[in-house]
Amino acid sequence: MNAWLTQHRAAMVAALRRLVAAPFNTLLSLLAIGITLTLPALGYVVLDNLRELGNSASGVQQISVFMANGASRNEVEAIEKRLQALSTVRTRFVSRDEALKHLQQSEGMADLVASLPSNPLPDAFIVEPADSTPANLEKLKAQFAAWPKVAHVQLDSAWVARFDAFLRLGKLALLTLAGLIGAGLVAVTFGTIRLQVVAQSAEIELARMIGATDAFIRRPFYYFGALQGALGGLLGAALVVGAMQLLSPPVGELAALYGGSFVLHPPGGLEIAALSAIGAVLGWLGAQLSVSLSLRNFD
Amino acid sequence: MIVASHLGKRYPGGYEAVSDASFVIDAGQMVLVTGHSGAGKTTLIKLIASIERPTSGSLVVNGQNLSALRRSALPYVRRHFGMVFQDQKLLFDRSVLDNVLLPLQIVGLPHREATRRAQAALDKVGLLAREKARPIALSGGEQQRLAIARAVVNRPTVLVADEPTANLDRESATDILEIFADFHRVGVTVVVATHDQAWVERCAPHVLRLDHGRLV
Repeated sequence: MNAWLTQHRAAMVAALRRLVAAPFNTLLSLLAIGITLTLPALGYVVLDNLRELGNSASGVQQISVFMANGASRNEVEAIEKRLQALSTVRTRFVSRDEALKHLQQSEGMADLVASLPSNPLPDAFIVEPADSTPANLEKLKAQFAAWPKVAHVQLDSAWVARFDAFLRLGKLALLTLAGLIGAGLVAVTFGTIRLQVVAQSAEIELARMIGATDAFIRRPFYYFGALQGALGGLLGAALVVGAMQLLSPPVGELAALYGGSFVLHPPGGLEIAALSAIGAVLGWLGAQLSVSLSLRNFD
Repeated sequence: MIVASHLGKRYPGGYEAVSDASFVIDAGQMVLVTGHSGAGKTTLIKLIASIERPTSGSLVVNGQNLSALRRSALPYVRRHFGMVFQDQKLLFDRSVLDNVLLPLQIVGLPHREATRRAQAALDKVGLLAREKARPIALSGGEQQRLAIARAVVNRPTVLVADEPTANLDRESATDILEIFADFHRVGVTVVVATHDQAWVERCAPHVLRLDHGRLV
């Protein structure tokens, strides 16, 4: 166990020395990896923010249930009880008087409302389902529409469906991009490690002849690939955070122009660690492939 | 103890470097392998050190049949040999001490203990004062002594050398062969390929003479 730990420590130190020994080359490699990882990472963060925006956007998650104009107090209460019995939704009652008051307060509507002989608005319920997937919203809409004295159920399902489809498409595009970039990163590490194997062929040949196992020879290259990938991932995360810092104020201003407030959330600690880990795994994979192919020449 | 029975090595392409070689080297013995250039000395040395694998016959070292070993077992067997190469195979981008440390790193010895043993090996061959130097700064004789220090640092049971005096002057060559003789005197089995006739006569009859891959 001690020998195993000693060898792993030595391999890691050797890998770190190689990284430090050629700082300019290392910096360029880290930049290449970091910038490459920035693209899918930035895409992920933007999609995540859009998903959050979609969830918090007014109306997207809501279903408006309008009662028939002639519905009695008892009939309205019956519908309210039915809604309260559903554990998966939150309900708010908007009386016809309250709705009229809201309408009056809207800009330019006061005169129009004043000219009406009577209140034409119905009692209504605003329903917020916990599960806001388009399929569930459609199901609830059909359920509410079938209840007695419900005149109309309004759901902006087309908007929700379009937004959901857009997010799904974005996710798929992001996965494809991430796959391609992952393969590119494996190729970058493959090339770097192959050059290192060639440069150290004398040492590898000697080590084999005096009793080094394949694992002993491979280990420093694996550590090198993983360390380079992990550091590249961290650099990529730093670039994403920087980009978010730059984008955040204009996005906030844009949201304010539309009467809303929206703050871009940069990647958190867990996401940064995940990006670094992905870089490490891809680097290790590239090193694995490269060393396996290169060491065949020594057999 | 090294026991070879009808040992042969044929390379891809058909060239037979060693053929039908049978011999016994007792533990603690010093044996010289001699013969003209291309006689098969290097191949025989590499076979004994398990760097090359026999294509026929058998080779048993310390009770272990090297011909029947799995490839994955070879590195562990090689650690029992101390190998001095004809071209030394020194790592010129590392210090003298780091060159000697390599076999100890391979077996996973803790750094402090490895350094102590590497310095002891360098002291034995008279290079301790040069431990921080790069091999390129050493003379030919010193480089060969460094290669010996690296070969013995792991306390091998068998010390194998392929023409260690090939490129040295008379005096340095004698120094090097004396170092091998010193290891032989403390019980290490020593097998050295050499052209040095004075040493061949001194070691007789413990000499394996090769001619076109065959023992004569």
